[in-house]
Amino acid sequence: MGIRDATAIVGIGQTAFAKSLPESELALACTAIRDALDDAGIDPRDVDGLFSSTMEPNAEVEVARNLGMTDVTAFAQVGYGGGAGCGVVGQAALSVATGQADVAVAWRARKRGSRTSRPWAQVGAGIPGPAQYSRPFGLLRPVDEIAMLARRYQHEYGLTRDHLANVALAFRKHANANPNALMHAKPMTRDDYFAARWVSEPLCLFDNCLETDGALAVVIVRSDRAKDCRQLPVSIHAFAQGINDQHQVMTNFHGTDPLRGPAWTTARKLWSLADVGPGDVDVAQLYDAFSPLILLSLEGYGFCDRGEGGPFTDDGGIEVGGRLPVNTSGGGMSEAYVHGFNLITEGVRQIRGTSTSQVADAEVCLVTSGEGVPTSALILTRGAA
Amino acid sequence: MAALEPQPRPLLPEPDDDSAPFWDGCSVGELRVQTCTGCGHRRFPPRPMCPACRSLDSRWEALSGRGTVWSHVVVHPPVLAAYAASAPYPVVVVALEEDPTLRMVGNLVTAPDDPINSIDPADIAIGQSVRVGFTEVVGSPGPDGHPRTMILPRWMPR
Repeated sequence: MGIRDATAIVGIGQTAFAKSLPESELALACTAIRDALDDAGIDPRDVDGLFSSTMEPNAEVEVARNLGMTDVTAFAQVGYGGGAGCGVVGQAALSVATGQADVAVAWRARKRGSRTSRPWAQVGAGIPGPAQYSRPFGLLRPVDEIAMLARRYQHEYGLTRDHLANVALAFRKHANANPNALMHAKPMTRDDYFAARWVSEPLCLFDNCLETDGALAVVIVRSDRAKDCRQLPVSIHAFAQGINDQHQVMTNFHGTDPLRGPAWTTARKLWSLADVGPGDVDVAQLYDAFSPLILLSLEGYGFCDRGEGGPFTDDGGIEVGGRLPVNTSGGGMSEAYVHGFNLITEGVRQIRGTSTSQVADAEVCLVTSGEGVPTSALILTRGAA
Repeated sequence: MAALEPQPRPLLPEPDDDSAPFWDGCSVGELRVQTCTGCGHRRFPPRPMCPACRSLDSRWEALSGRGTVWSHVVVHPPVLAAYAASAPYPVVVVALEEDPTLRMVGNLVTAPDDPINSIDPADIAIGQSVRVGFTEVVGSPGPDGHPRTMILPRWMPR
């Protein structure tokens, strides 16, 4: 039972990242997929599985006919925005492991001006669904919703702004080493962090991810086939998704313990499927639309106890050389925000040994998608030689 | 066709089958929550099925309207035009007295009809006691060209 190490990521591709790119989202998606297949040494005509997010603007049929794919036999989408990324890769892996597809592609293309990329910025006559109980009161943006959890977290656990600054500064430092990162040439100091304008107190500008145009793709095949590909295969050791008890997407203010979100559910399943535990993880790519999500994820995935996420980041704790290097390409806050897909490709680079902030001999990398929404996670490893 | 908006209007809820009784309660000055007829479990936001006993039968119970601040933020620009003139403004989550795991997002104000930025955010603290009030909010015109209005809850220190 299970798909432990049954599949591997054998190709990664990405476009440039920028505040604004001239190409259409479809052109960006096709470019990233073409380059990922080239990285793997696989002909696009051999692709028979297509996996994406429900917020993906490009339909499978458009991708397939642009890339000249022939018979596609498996396709599906995963919901919940920033929670989807690892789930998209995981569903592709499930499909490949069970033989529904032989070569699967998972991708994400996003332009900040896109109709599908910022649903919260669209104003209708009335607000339907759960948001009808929050948006009319001016809790408008994702950052406002996470700031509400962050303030409560401060109250319960003594989180300080210095902890949040640790997160922003660590990722910026990693981005400064990554030529593809939007913030490559922009160093940040602690003074810069504290001088930044508020966006939603207790969160300031540098607690937020970037807004980015770009696309990324990964190629997944069975592990026995992976050995024939161009690159060192990166094994999909384990995969899990999670919705926790009485969860509400983003405005998760209900139930007995709102600070214990989908990460905990996902982690329980993920570690139960794996041969490794949190102590074996060499490097992690944790979804960082907002800095407090890092603290919740460190706790949820078992790297520290509840309320210890802040101190975990002290003294370079999440920088390369620290307790657990996190977001070694700069993450969503300093490399690019493409709904966390760049965290997946960076996880692959760490296992290949090709990151611009390489962790020596990295053998186990945890990659997570968004906490605060129904989410997902992957454990990437070197797998069997 | 409706004329051009003279000014941007705040967002209004879009009541549905599940939520209409909650908003109807506001319009008569009651803060109501849905209560399972079968097992008595209270739930918010409203939804068809009781997660405790899976009953589809529920009634609406008017609560005291008292609670405490569970968390709060201060929203700064950039925000939607209708809210920009008030920014920075606080938004709170209130835990209800009858069951503190029932929580509602809202605005803490000096009096129900006062603006959403009428309280200094520095005076808001987690655990602070609050009570509900109600105010009429004018939204954008509906299909008939007339502005929609709804009665929404507000929260005040007590």
